[in-house]
Amino acid sequence: MTVFAFTFYVFALSTILGGLMTVVSRNPVHSVLWLILAFLSSAGLFITLGAEFVAMLLIIVYVGAVAVLFLFVVMMLDVDFAELKAEMVRYLPLGLLIGVVIIMQLALAFGAWNTSDMAMANRLAPVGDNENTALLGLLIYDQYIILFQLAGLILLVAMIGAIVLTLRHRVDIKRQNVIAQMHRDPAKAMELKDVKPGQGL
Amino acid sequence: MISADIQVVLPEILLAGYAMLALLVAVYTSKDGLASTLTWLTAGVFLAFAVWIGINGVGTDTAFSGMFVSDDFSRFAKITILISAAIVLLMSEGYMAERGLLRFEYPVLIALAVVGMMVMVSAGDLMVLYMGLELQSLSLYVVASLRRDSIKSTEAGLKYFVLGALSSGLLLYGASLVYGFAGTTLFTGIIIAVADGAPIGLLFGLVFLLTGFAFKVSAAPFHMWTPDVYEGSPTSVTAFFATAPKVAAMALFARVVFDAFGGIVGDWQQIVAFLSVVSVFVGSIAAIGQRDIKRLMAYSSIAHMGFALMGLAAGTALGVQAMLIYMVIYVTMNIGTFAVILGMHRDGKPTTDITMLKGYSNREPLMAFVLLVMMFSLAGVPPLLGFFGKLYVLRAAYDAGLGWLAIAGVVASVIGAFYYLRIVYYVYFAERDDGAAGRLPPVLWTAAVVSTVIVALAWVPGINLFGLEPFAAEAALTLVN
Repeated sequence: MTVFAFTFYVFALSTILGGLMTVVSRNPVHSVLWLILAFLSSAGLFITLGAEFVAMLLIIVYVGAVAVLFLFVVMMLDVDFAELKAEMVRYLPLGLLIGVVIIMQLALAFGAWNTSDMAMANRLAPVGDNENTALLGLLIYDQYIILFQLAGLILLVAMIGAIVLTLRHRVDIKRQNVIAQMHRDPAKAMELKDVKPGQGL
Repeated sequence: MISADIQVVLPEILLAGYAMLALLVAVYTSKDGLASTLTWLTAGVFLAFAVWIGINGVGTDTAFSGMFVSDDFSRFAKITILISAAIVLLMSEGYMAERGLLRFEYPVLIALAVVGMMVMVSAGDLMVLYMGLELQSLSLYVVASLRRDSIKSTEAGLKYFVLGALSSGLLLYGASLVYGFAGTTLFTGIIIAVADGAPIGLLFGLVFLLTGFAFKVSAAPFHMWTPDVYEGSPTSVTAFFATAPKVAAMALFARVVFDAFGGIVGDWQQIVAFLSVVSVFVGSIAAIGQRDIKRLMAYSSIAHMGFALMGLAAGTALGVQAMLIYMVIYVTMNIGTFAVILGMHRDGKPTTDITMLKGYSNREPLMAFVLLVMMFSLAGVPPLLGFFGKLYVLRAAYDAGLGWLAIAGVVASVIGAFYYLRIVYYVYFAERDDGAAGRLPPVLWTAAVVSTVIVALAWVPGINLFGLEPFAAEAALTLVN
């Protein structure tokens, strides 16, 4: 077994293990940690493919931001996981049945898998002397610029949506008004009273 | 090269730019105070774009190495989408304002959804298709739950979102299988790759893709979300769901099956025919038990999508033409019907219970008549427009050798006639003193009356559907060649 094949199998197996444990582990925090393992292993798989930029992206974006966000959500939200699990057990047999049927059908599809004659030529990656960050930049900002811009619009809609559905302008809370606060006049805001001993106010 | 590309996508770019500008202006000025103006302005912009696209577009242009196509077919769909979105937006203004839902984000989101739809119908690539679809869907998820204090509206948005995400997943999986076979996501590449026949792996991809589309057009058996989403969303949003997005999704469906898989018609024809026959029966039978008019319209839309798919199942230019005409007619009928539904009030509150329509003719004779014409037309009673829509698709299916499908369509439409006629019975022959009443505001009144006139008279020989037929035929021919 070559080194390449060995690394591939190690990363592939740990990706599958990570994915499986994400679903089955009892503690949701552990699930997120297993998910991070799955992300890291798939980053490894990308490196074996020669796509180091995507691998870095996976680690920085998914492990660094998304998984940590999940962790916060899991820890902060008061979700009764035991109840969810109980619900899941009820549907498990049916889900398994459907899953098995789909797997059998997909096995059928992939067993007879073949590609069209021109697929390989169509698929050829743009190879150049540049490293893959630069090449990816050329693809995203040149050839696929419309997709990139549309993705931007989708994110804009997501942002507008989040604001529309959650923002409430409350009138009964005190807000900071820096200008007004700085311009408060001590003479108007305070009153000095001379308190006689033993009498109080 | 890039300036030529931009020339082709200019309408989409400008509309997206308008949406962002409107958002900024509204945020920095009087926010929701501007909502009403913005709604009218957006509707005006939609109409202007429709005119512009109608006048300006000639021939077939592609941009971004074939990823974006502007041809007669996409222009036909875009004009239909823009006009129907404009009308529904105008109809919704009063309703939303009355219920305190008219926020300035509403027209902006609708405008972005329309950009998504325009991209969808112009897609020449699986990735562009997906981007357009998500842009449209995401905006719709948000407007579905716009009434955020109501549990039903939130439920509608959430249900739509979760099931929509599932269907997007199926669609993407299908796209990846197709890419795996063809080595490209461009429709022009896929159609060459499948020219020598489709192996089983590609067929799996095709089935997953069609499943995703069937969900988006709410064809049975992927229709489960429709009644709940229609019922839960604010009524004006429901009216929007029932019009422009349906046209976009149906046009997208046609675009993919013909542009990318036009060489293997026999393979997808049976799937589309199956979706069609199940939809017409589910839509017609399940609607009988409904008491809420919005749920009823949801099932009605499922049945109508079944008929539109029947045209597509024919796999011929005539079939696509029939589908396009059917969609335009369907949108016209829905605009009229929803104008009346939006005006249904009881004790100053909107109501959607169909028993509230009992004795409606005594209180609002004109609107009762509108409802009568719309229901007859939806049921397909000659000589109203709905009958001609059905006639077109049935003829296309029959000519393509799908006689059994046409017969099933006729049977289902007879079953479906029952619940449409029941509404007519309630309106004219049942008595109820405390039912729905209330004069319609001018916009709704105009929409209802104009669409009634169109539905009732457009078939008259001199008018001939306002010359819609040759345009639809041209659009269909560019797609099927």
